Amino acid sequence: MAHHIVPLKTNLITLLSLVGLTIITVLTAKFVDLGDYNLLLAMFIACIKASIVLGWFMHLKYDGMMNRTIALCGVAFLLLFVGFSYIDLFFR
Amino acid sequence: MSATDTHSHGGNYINCEKGLWSWLTTIDHKRIAIMYFIAIMIFFLVGGLFAILLRLELLTPEPLFMTGDMYNRAMTLHGSIMVFMVIVPGVPALLGNFALPLMIGAKDVAFPKLNLASWYCLMVGAFVAILSLFWGGVDTGWTFYTPYSGRSADAVTMVVLGAFIMGFSSILTGLNFIVTIHKLRAPGMTMMRMPLFVWSLYATAIIQVIATPVLGITLLLLVFERVFGIGIFDASLGGDPVLFQHFFWFYSHPAVYIMIIPAMGIISEVIATFSQKTIFGYKAIAFSSLAISAISFLVWGHHMFVSGQSALAGSIFSVLTMLVGVPTAIKLFNWVSTMYRGRVKLDTPMLYAINFLALFTIGGLTGLFLAAFNIDVHLHDTYFVVAHFHYTMLGGALMGFFAGLFYWYPKMTGRMYNEFQGRVTAIMTFVGFNLTFIPQFIMGSQGMPRRYHTYDGMFAPYHLTSTIGSWIVAAGFIFAIYIMVRDMFKGEKCDAKNPWGATTLEWTVDTPPIHENFEEIPTVSGRPYEYR
Amino acid sequence: MSTAKVDRRVEHSHHFSSMEQEHEAGKQGVWLFMATEIMMFGGLFVGYFIYRFKFHDMYIAGGDSLDWTLGALNTLVLLFSSFTMAQAVTETMKGNNAKALKLVYFTTACALIFMVVKYFEYSAKIDHGLFPGFDMWNPDMEYIKSKIRDVALLNNVDPANLRLFFVLYFAMTGLHGIHIVIGVGLMIWLMKRLKNNEFSPKYYTAVEGVGLYWHIVDIIWIFLFPLMYLI
Repeated sequence: MAHHIVPLKTNLITLLSLVGLTIITVLTAKFVDLGDYNLLLAMFIACIKASIVLGWFMHLKYDGMMNRTIALCGVAFLLLFVGFSYIDLFFR
Repeated sequence: MSATDTHSHGGNYINCEKGLWSWLTTIDHKRIAIMYFIAIMIFFLVGGLFAILLRLELLTPEPLFMTGDMYNRAMTLHGSIMVFMVIVPGVPALLGNFALPLMIGAKDVAFPKLNLASWYCLMVGAFVAILSLFWGGVDTGWTFYTPYSGRSADAVTMVVLGAFIMGFSSILTGLNFIVTIHKLRAPGMTMMRMPLFVWSLYATAIIQVIATPVLGITLLLLVFERVFGIGIFDASLGGDPVLFQHFFWFYSHPAVYIMIIPAMGIISEVIATFSQKTIFGYKAIAFSSLAISAISFLVWGHHMFVSGQSALAGSIFSVLTMLVGVPTAIKLFNWVSTMYRGRVKLDTPMLYAINFLALFTIGGLTGLFLAAFNIDVHLHDTYFVVAHFHYTMLGGALMGFFAGLFYWYPKMTGRMYNEFQGRVTAIMTFVGFNLTFIPQFIMGSQGMPRRYHTYDGMFAPYHLTSTIGSWIVAAGFIFAIYIMVRDMFKGEKCDAKNPWGATTLEWTVDTPPIHENFEEIPTVSGRPYEYR
Repeated sequence: MSTAKVDRRVEHSHHFSSMEQEHEAGKQGVWLFMATEIMMFGGLFVGYFIYRFKFHDMYIAGGDSLDWTLGALNTLVLLFSSFTMAQAVTETMKGNNAKALKLVYFTTACALIFMVVKYFEYSAKIDHGLFPGFDMWNPDMEYIKSKIRDVALLNNVDPANLRLFFVLYFAMTGLHGIHIVIGVGLMIWLMKRLKNNEFSPKYYTAVEGVGLYWHIVDIIWIFLFPLMYLI
């Protein structure tokens, strides 16, 4: 758990996969017209990218439950915030 | 460890170092608590002074000595000072700082320097906010609602920036406490063996860490709105003023639980100790704190029932708000059950705790009235809301705060306050408080709107009673603070480690504690509150 | 390198019982701070989505008027800096302060490149009157129209609503930029400590903490880039 040293190779693979996903984001958003689904797709890819950063660059994959919970809490409360504000705005 | 040894022989945390500078640069959590005490008491007196001025102005239906503008400014200052500088930092930062490490058997909080930084954040923020007085004052109310706050006097920017900086103080304190609770518990101190005050601080800290950043960004946007004129909350520029209210209450509703949950924790301690009985329903009280902090994030829309929010959102928020009543009632029943057939000693902390039970019950129940969507439409912006809020915050949070101050007083100062005079203050505040705010419930239900400096003659008797009550409650609190400050120097010396016969760890150390808290870190083998 | 004797920490602070405990506590503190960062930026994202829902077309128009190639460039720069930062943590954990120092230099250089690109972007926007404040809002509609991909939007562009897009653009990228600048400050602090060879496989909390911060800044950009520039 603690003191897990991430090797250079893993960091490189992480970087490359992030760059790859960035390219996919740009290509799908700029050159494939899905209408409003473009937003969803882009957000989906961004979420994957963020998870990769959280898991490998920020070592959550090797970390204890508590830090994962903390990160998850941040995201969960944010979704709550978005959700309730939307309940108001969509039904006004 | 040589530094430890020099302190452990005879010296305690108060006299181990001398001079103002040693206090201003201290990273000892107990000394920081004392610094919070001084600061918060000053803020409390200033905020209280404005309250008294407001009540005095309301003595007669006609304007007495204030113009409408002056009244609005005094009202805003009263609210902002009491909320941001007294109640929010009051229990967690003052009593939490003092008691938390002692209660879990730690030598200090996890990040002592950060702890000191929190104090300075509060000071800088408070300074900036109070400076606005000389800039002409602020008349928006402590909620800074847009679009008015985007356009009114320049001083708004300063108060808002002040609140922003004070928000950091709150975040850093909460962060510090969470890590302290996770990582620094003494051997054997499992989560389920923690004192209930620690549980309540834990629940509070979660809210502080999660919700306060949203206040930060809200206030920052408000500053941008004023300085750059960006118009994000301004309908004439395409913005949405109701969005400000969402942002603001996403923090500020959980914030009222930042104020009340730690006070509830104090009540748990005080009631167990002064009933000399094992607390009833330890787990229920502990988890209801967490439940309150979770639910607190789901209910902010009940502040916006008449702000043009959608009916669906209003209904959902209304139902969810009533849920808060469940964990709150669980706590109240458990406290009363603890007292039942206990050896109840009516010392000052216990009297304040009983004040809390009585007043907070009323505050909580009237909260359910206001939670009901349709009733709130009528009661919104009346004195009913004012009275409800003061029953929970003054009758709840501050009564709990004073219960805690008197409870830990001997441990903090090494001296005992005058018990008889202490009891007198508890009774004075109780009588004065009810005299002040019961008439406000009646007025509110009859339609007296809040935030006006004049009113219809039909409300005159209620306002008169209320103003007289405010003098009694003010006298009670001033007397209480006077006793505490006087007896810090002149009180009877108290060397007993455990004057109250309590069972938590802070009563096993010297009075006052040594710099390092414990000569040797204790090993915990049982649950707290094992009286009989 | 490991033989170099500077004031490298071997003992934990007085209130912890071990270096391990102190490290875990420090890291958890940073993580909690990261949660506050998520919430703070989250507020702005909530604002973004709400106004996007209200003024959908304006957001498309606003997004088109930004230069997405510069945005993509900055994305790559930040991703690379995240990599160098992660690698710096790896090297510090191995005890290689000198290598870590070089990697922190790279990271800082990336941060500066990012800021330079941002400077050009901002000044271009300000030149076209797209800064929504200080009475500088005076949008160059021809410029906007020349940028829009969807011709149908051409006639719907209402400067008043477009303004809100740029409010959020400047607020979000601006706050993000401030974080980058703070990050550079933290890097300089790290450089000093790495030069002094202060870290060891047992004590590297500071590097790891700055790393976490830097990655969060990167994550925020991962979301900002598509939301602002692409869609």
